[in-house]
Amino acid sequence: MQSKRTVFPNKVLPYMLLLPQMAVTVVFFLWPAGQTLLSSFQRQDPFGLKTTFVWFDNYTRLFKDPHYVGSLGATAVFSIATAVVSIGMALILALAVDRMVRSARVYTTLIVWPYAVAPAVAGVLWWFMFNPTIGIFAFLIRKAGYDWNHTLHSTDAMILIVLAASWKQVSYNFLFFVAGLQAIPASLKEAAAIDGAGPLKRFWTIIFPLLSPTTFFLLVINVVYAMFDTFGIIDATTQGGPAQSTNILVYKVYEDGFIGLNLGSSAAQSALLMIIVIALTVVQFRFVERQVQY
Amino acid sequence: MVENRPILDFICHLILIVGVAIVVFPVYLAVIASTHGAFDFMSGLIPMLPGDQAIANYSTMLGTGISTSGTPPFLPMMLNSLLMALGVAVGKIAISILSAFAIVYFRFPFRALAFWLIFITLMLPVEVRIMPTFKVVSDLGLLNSYGGLIMPLIASATATFLFRQFFLTVPDELLEAARVDSAGPMKFFWDILVPLSRTNMAALFVILFVLGWNQYLWPLLVTTDPRYYTVVMGIKRMAAVADSYPQWNLVMAGVVLALVPPVLVVIFMQRLFIKGLVETEK
Repeated sequence: MQSKRTVFPNKVLPYMLLLPQMAVTVVFFLWPAGQTLLSSFQRQDPFGLKTTFVWFDNYTRLFKDPHYVGSLGATAVFSIATAVVSIGMALILALAVDRMVRSARVYTTLIVWPYAVAPAVAGVLWWFMFNPTIGIFAFLIRKAGYDWNHTLHSTDAMILIVLAASWKQVSYNFLFFVAGLQAIPASLKEAAAIDGAGPLKRFWTIIFPLLSPTTFFLLVINVVYAMFDTFGIIDATTQGGPAQSTNILVYKVYEDGFIGLNLGSSAAQSALLMIIVIALTVVQFRFVERQVQY
Repeated sequence: MVENRPILDFICHLILIVGVAIVVFPVYLAVIASTHGAFDFMSGLIPMLPGDQAIANYSTMLGTGISTSGTPPFLPMMLNSLLMALGVAVGKIAISILSAFAIVYFRFPFRALAFWLIFITLMLPVEVRIMPTFKVVSDLGLLNSYGGLIMPLIASATATFLFRQFFLTVPDELLEAARVDSAGPMKFFWDILVPLSRTNMAALFVILFVLGWNQYLWPLLVTTDPRYYTVVMGIKRMAAVADSYPQWNLVMAGVVLALVPPVLVVIFMQRLFIKGLVETEK
């Protein structure tokens, strides 16, 4: 662990400085996380009077539960689709902005602001556009001959939440791609152009490989975003329906815990989510370390 | 630019214009809808041009809310959101700059342990520990209070890392000079480190303000008293009822009110925002 060559000699002061953060961390993070782990091994009777220790029973039940397995699948589809759509769109926009000289700033401002829109608000906006009774897109799609109804068709519901989640995330990915593109030395592109490589060829042989660290980093970040920060979008649009088809893991934890009051199962689901976050964080940090040497 | 290709430039402009249109359209539609009267939606399709009810709709939302769905007026909800956003941003910055200072400028037993405990918080988003955190907050009697809204969200590993990273780049000579002049640690902190960190704090503030304003799940859980509702959760409450009794114009006016403050912060502090975003995540 790095510190300064010279440090202050105080013995008590550093603990005082750390105290606020440590207090918050222990009370609101570590203690609840420990409680989650503990109750994931327990089961309460329906009246909340007796708690029995059941080892891994909650976990094995989860993997036998078709709803949970379905939720895993829905989460995978949702997060990968969201990552691909928002990264793809952001990359195209960033490449286009990279060619602009004077108008780049204006375009950037116009593309960046949805980052500030709350997920729940983004959900309401897209739900409004696709609302089967008055939504403009639902109307146009119906005109084109398809009966759009995200309250009945699970594919429609999935498309709706992917669109809403991607819309909000494009701005974030866009900024990272713009920064990544600016970091590519102009001399490389110029050399390739002199050798007769057109824009497409330059993209595939120079720009895209050099952007791959950024792309991989964004892939991880976007999957994390889709898995954990989209609670508001789901709650505002589909609420996990129809027929559980958009009930992603985070939403299911909330539903089973706060609405279904199935504490043991909800805790086991939380614990599994923690394992997923830890795995993703490790991947992200290992990658960042590698990127430094790149 | 590498070479002059007018056609490619034209295509790029086209792509950007289409992209901006896609990005702007949902909010455009919301703004339009918020300027119409309640009966303009009966035809089954939303109008595409502004109506003349803007002032009436917004003053209804700000002043009285929608009584039929139990939505309180928006003005107090927006104040709650503002308080929560400011509390989360200032709280996070304050506690993490202090702990980063302790970790970088002192050597003491359990320093590495403290660092790792802070690091772990990165792996525990609110969503994976909601039930027990809710119980802790309720045991502490913090339900329906600003403390309960703000405190569980203010521990931040990313802010601590950012300040630690920055402090490590501050030249050692500054500390040595301060010690030669017999300045104590807190004097050094206030007179040298805090002024040097001003840009970092501002960049972080923009990100954290947006983060705090946009909180949804947490306020939904800890507030049952309308006096503590925040605006983002208020919207959702309203929209859920609106489906059976559609007052789209009012719902959309509420949406616009909920999204304008953080969007303005991002647009007007764009440089700081980009700096904060790119640096906190790496």
